[in-house]
Parts: sequence; C-alpha cells; structure tokens
Amino acid sequence: MPVLIRIARTLRRTLLQAVPTILGIVILNFFLLQLAPGDAADVLAGEAGSATEESVAALRARFGLDSPVLEQLATYLGNLAQFSLGFSPRYGMPVADLIAQRLPGTLTLMAVALLIAILLGVILGSLMATFAGRIPDRLLSVFSLLFYSIPSFWIGLMLIVLFSVKLGWLPSGGAGTIGSQLKGFPALLDKARYMVLPATSLALFYVAIYARLTRAAMLEVKNQDFVRTAYAKGLTPFGVTARHILRNALIPITTMAGMHIGGMLGGAVVVETVYSWPGLGRLAFEAVMGRDFTVLLGILLLSSLLVIIANAAVDLVHAWLDPRIGAR
Amino acid sequence: MAPLLQVENLTIGFPRAEPVRDLSFEVSAGETLAIVGESGSGKSLTALALMQLLPRTARVTSGRIVFDDRDLLGLDAREMRQLRGREIAMIFQEPMTSLNPVMSIGWQIGEVLKVHEKLSGRAARERAIELLRLVRIPAAEKRVDDYPHQLSGGMRQRVMIAMAVACRPKLLIADEPTTALDVTIQAQVLDLLDTLRRELQMAVVLITHDLGVVAQWADKVVVMYAGRKVEQALPGDLFNDPLHPYTRGLLSASPRLKSDFHYLSGRLTEIPGSIVSAAGEAGCPFRPRCRQARASCGHQVPPLIAQTPERLVACPFTSSLKAVPDAASLSL
Ligand SMILES: Nc1ncnc2c1ncn2[C@@H]1O[C@H](COP(=O)(O)OP(=O)(O)O)[C@@H](O)[C@H]1O
Ligand code: SF4
Ligand SMILES: [Mg+2]
Repeated sequence: MPVLIRIARTLRRTLLQAVPTILGIVILNFFLLQLAPGDAADVLAGEAGSATEESVAALRARFGLDSPVLEQLATYLGNLAQFSLGFSPRYGMPVADLIAQRLPGTLTLMAVALLIAILLGVILGSLMATFAGRIPDRLLSVFSLLFYSIPSFWIGLMLIVLFSVKLGWLPSGGAGTIGSQLKGFPALLDKARYMVLPATSLALFYVAIYARLTRAAMLEVKNQDFVRTAYAKGLTPFGVTARHILRNALIPITTMAGMHIGGMLGGAVVVETVYSWPGLGRLAFEAVMGRDFTVLLGILLLSSLLVIIANAAVDLVHAWLDPRIGAR
Repeated sequence: MAPLLQVENLTIGFPRAEPVRDLSFEVSAGETLAIVGESGSGKSLTALALMQLLPRTARVTSGRIVFDDRDLLGLDAREMRQLRGREIAMIFQEPMTSLNPVMSIGWQIGEVLKVHEKLSGRAARERAIELLRLVRIPAAEKRVDDYPHQLSGGMRQRVMIAMAVACRPKLLIADEPTTALDVTIQAQVLDLLDTLRRELQMAVVLITHDLGVVAQWADKVVVMYAGRKVEQALPGDLFNDPLHPYTRGLLSASPRLKSDFHYLSGRLTEIPGSIVSAAGEAGCPFRPRCRQARASCGHQVPPLIAQTPERLVACPFTSSLKAVPDAASLSL
C-alpha cells in the first residue's frame, strides 16, 4: 500500500533526527539550570530550619551536588545512557518513578484539552467560514478574540467561581473523588467530572486559535477549482464542505496543533496549579521551587520527547491527509 | 421534438456589469454546439448558468433555461443537485486544479456514482476502473489509486471526463477542455469527447476560443462577443462565408485554418482593440473595433437577423458574397 510506505518513510526520518535533538536539549538545559541561584540542598536545609553547615555539605556530597559541573553533567549523561533519569534528593525516589506517577494525569489532561480544542475549533471555524462576513461570523470572531487574549489562569478561576462555587455543578480541583469506591463506567464519569474544568481552561485559548485558523483555511480552499467540480457532481453543500473543503483545510491545522503541544505543556503548569491537578506541570513547578534539578531535567527531557513524538504523529497525520507529501 | 436544451434571452448580471445579455440558443439531443468567442465574452458564465453554479454575486436577471422540458431556473436547490453530475455534467478548463489534490482519482470518480446511483464503495471503485478504461487510461486498475499530482494534464482531463460521463448525462458542458493542454494532446482529448458523445448519445456544449476545434468537432456554432450572440451558423458556412465582421476577424486571426484543419489556438490578438472597449457603449458592442463601422451603428444594438433558419447574424451591414441582403436586413 502506498500509504504505508509513505508513513514508514516519514517515521524513519523523524527517528533519525530525534536522538541528537534530545541530547542537545538535555545539555543546554543542564547548563541553564546551573545558572539559577541555590540548589536542592539549600532549599531542603531552609525548610528543615535547623540545618548546620555540616549537614548541608553532607547532603550535597550524598547527591553529588558538590562535584564540578562538568562531572555532574557526565554523571547525568552516563545515567541517561543506562536509561536512568537519576534520583531526586527532595522526594527521595528515582526521578523516573516520580514522573511515571504524574505523567498519565498530564497526558490525559492534554489529550482531552487538545481534542476539545481541535473539535470545537474546527466546528466553530467551519461555522465562521460558512457565514463569513455575516453576524454569526462576527459574533464568533469576537468570542475567539476574547478567549485568545484572556490568560488561562484567569479563565480557570472564573470557571471555578461559576461552575463550582455558584452553580455547584463541578468539583473545583483534584482528579477524582477521594475515597470513592466507584468502578467501571461510574468511575470514568467521576474522573470526567474532574476533568471538565481544567481541560476547558487549557483548551479555550487553543479553541480560539483553531477556530480562526480553520476559518482562514476554509475560506481559501473554498475558492479553489476542485470545489466547483465537487458542486458540479451534485454534492450537497455539507458534502462539499465535509469531504472536500475540510479535508484540505485540515492540513495547516494539524501543523499548528503539532506546534502547540509544547506550548500546552507550559499551559498545563498553570492550569494544574490552579486546579491542584496531580500532573507533571505541578511537579515541574514544585521542582523549580525546590531547586530539584534532576527532576526538572527529567521533566524537560520527557517534554522534548513528547514534543518530538507529537511532531512525528503530526507528520503521520500529514502523510495520511496529503498524498503529495510522501512524494518528496 | 423539442430540443434537449433551450436557452432563451438569458441575461446574467453582476451588481456592476452585465456580462451575458439576451443570449438564446438551442441544443438537440446528441448534438455538439460550439460556443466561440475571445476571453471575457461570457462563455464560462453561460456554462455556469446552465449548471446553476454562478458565482455568489452573479444573478440570472432574465431569460429561461429549459432542459429536457424542465425550467432550470424554477427548480429548487435539491432538484438542481439531482440534475448536476447525473443529467448535466461539466468539465473545466484547468485540469491541474479541478481535481481534489488529497483524494485518489478513483475515489473522486466513484463519489459521483455513490451520490447519484447509491453505489457502495466497492462497486463505485469497480465502475471507476471501467470508466478509466472508457477514457483510454492505460493500466486503469493500477491508476485508479493514483492521486492527481501523479498524472499529466491530459490524463487529468481524461479523469475529469470519466467523472463527467459516469452517470451517462444527457448533456455535457465542456468549458475550454483543451486550452490548458499541449497541442498534441488537445486533439486526442477532443477525439475522445467526440467518441464518447456518440457512444453515450450525449449532447455536448463545447466552449472554445479555438476555431480549429469548431471546424472539426461542432455541429453548430454560436459566436459570442461581449456577452451577446453575434452570429450562428453551421461550421461549414461559418468558415466559407463568415458574415459578422467579428467572425471575419476571428477567421483571419487563424490564418492556417483554411489550408488544413489544425488545432491551432486562434488567439484573437489580430483584431485591434480588446473586448473591454465594448463596455458601457451604446449601439453595436463591436463598433470600437469594427472596420466597417458607420454612424448608424451607434444608435442601437443590432438585432439578430435570420438569413436562413440556421444562420443568424447581428449586423445589418453584412455584404455576403453569396446572400443578397433581404428586406429584413435592410429594414433597420
Ligand atoms: N466572479 C466575477 N465577478 C465579476 N465579474 C466577473 C466574474 N466572473 C466573470 N466576470 C466577468 O464576466 C465577463 C465574462 O467572463 P467569462 O464568462 O469568464 O468569459 P469567458 O469564459 O468567455 O472568457 C468577464 O468580463 C469577467 O470580467
Ligand atoms: S453593426 Fe456596425 S459596428 Fe457592429 S459589426 Fe456591424 S458594421 Fe460593425
Ligand atoms: Mg472562460
């Protein structure tokens, strides 16, 4: 099948490029983090309140924080070569385990948010394109501009005020009812209820972007000759839009979605903090406050891996959407 | 028997312009009507009006389009959709951009069969392969999964033709189907159209600015200038004895035409002036470019005069070599 060959080719190219990229990111981040004042030992000592010079030095020695920077880097890379992300002084457990605990939460949050953003964005964008220049388009344009410009923490807080405090429909934070004995579908429903507000806060900004992007792309495709051909076949306007216009307009949208995965991770830090969502974003926040650089490096490494995987996925979707790509 | 298609006094208007005015013609079943005229004379808009696919800003402001005893302008959107692609089909000038770049050609041909004949995906694909064979595409069962960018211009136009004839339409509108193609390919594609017309008993409206095409493939010719019909004739008569000064200009702009029927593209640059100069003029639209123009030409738009039932011309001063001007033509 030509589709499979195209996809395989795309995948191989991506993998070959991934290794040096990740290595570069790790090294760069390592040095950047060294620039921050203080280290994990300082913070731990400060929190303990009764630390002495000796106990802090002992802490440093235990976690190798007292060796020269280059040696620390070499140790870290050596660990990486054995697929280990190191050990967190603060949490007292391997970084990999720490991340593994938090990763699913963030991944689901991001996936749900991205899904909402793309679905809602494409639907709204299609509506805007259909009514281009008329009242529905104008109204939606104003809303999308609004969501585009409001910071997500504020949206998050306002959603909590409205839906949790005033209406009492949805929980204001957490990832599930604590101590609930639910199983199967009710358990899923319970999780979904906790998901709604954080995912929406994270998604709204991107809904606005995708709506505007979809609108522009569809208006451009709409004027192309093959759309006229499609009408000449006797298709309904909906058929033409769904099967001919949208399919072509999705190509630039998937590109953007891929580029947004990284940005969404950044957004997750804020949203997870607002909703006390147990995810990577909050872990990253805590790691920064605790100067726990091994954890932070692990998260950054994983994030770049995530972005690379996301880009590969986008390439795959592209190769599937656009037959001209594999021909290169 | 009533003709398959009757266009009566068709006028198409934009908010600021009227690019087709008072146009009438008929096409009988199985016949090829050629509409000739230089770029901008309103040929494409006429074709799109037949499909009811005019640009958003354009309106049919008056006239009737009767197809197979139905007034197309009176049909609602759903009824019109059932005609499009099934009874009236159209192919366009630009084979490079008229196919959807992200769908296989087999799928695009099959789509029209799924819509009108409710075929399943598999059956539609089988029929698409048959249709590709019908339009002489080699290795059709392999080509059916190709995408448009993998085909040459001529092949793409064949795919467009396959798509257009999939439901055996009664009328095929071909808007400059070969203008974008290499000269050598042009004849093949036109031959194919002509063969299919006979095999499938379709009528064809062949739009072109190439008089060579008219000579070889048309049963009847309508010459358009600035949105109006200025002459109508059988192809033989038109070439032996062009009456309207514009038609004469067209013919002399195609010098090789008489020596051999070649597929030259008769670019009409040899008539001085351009079609734009006709805009906003009272009187004969061709007057600014007409060598025989005289004062009275500016008074009113010359009406079409029937020399014979098949022969119409919109100029009272046609000094035909054969026909003696009859009373009607002098009554102006
Ligand atoms: N969408 C449009 N808006 C405004 N004017 C148009 C549009 N399409 C065509 N026209 C005008 O109508 C006239 C006839 O166009 P067209 O039918 O495409 O001519 P032809 O096919 O004979 O070259 C041209 O003068 C053109 O400028
Ligand atoms: S009516 Fe006058 S201007 Fe028009 S074509 Fe005839 S001679 Fe020329
Ligand atoms: Mg045209």
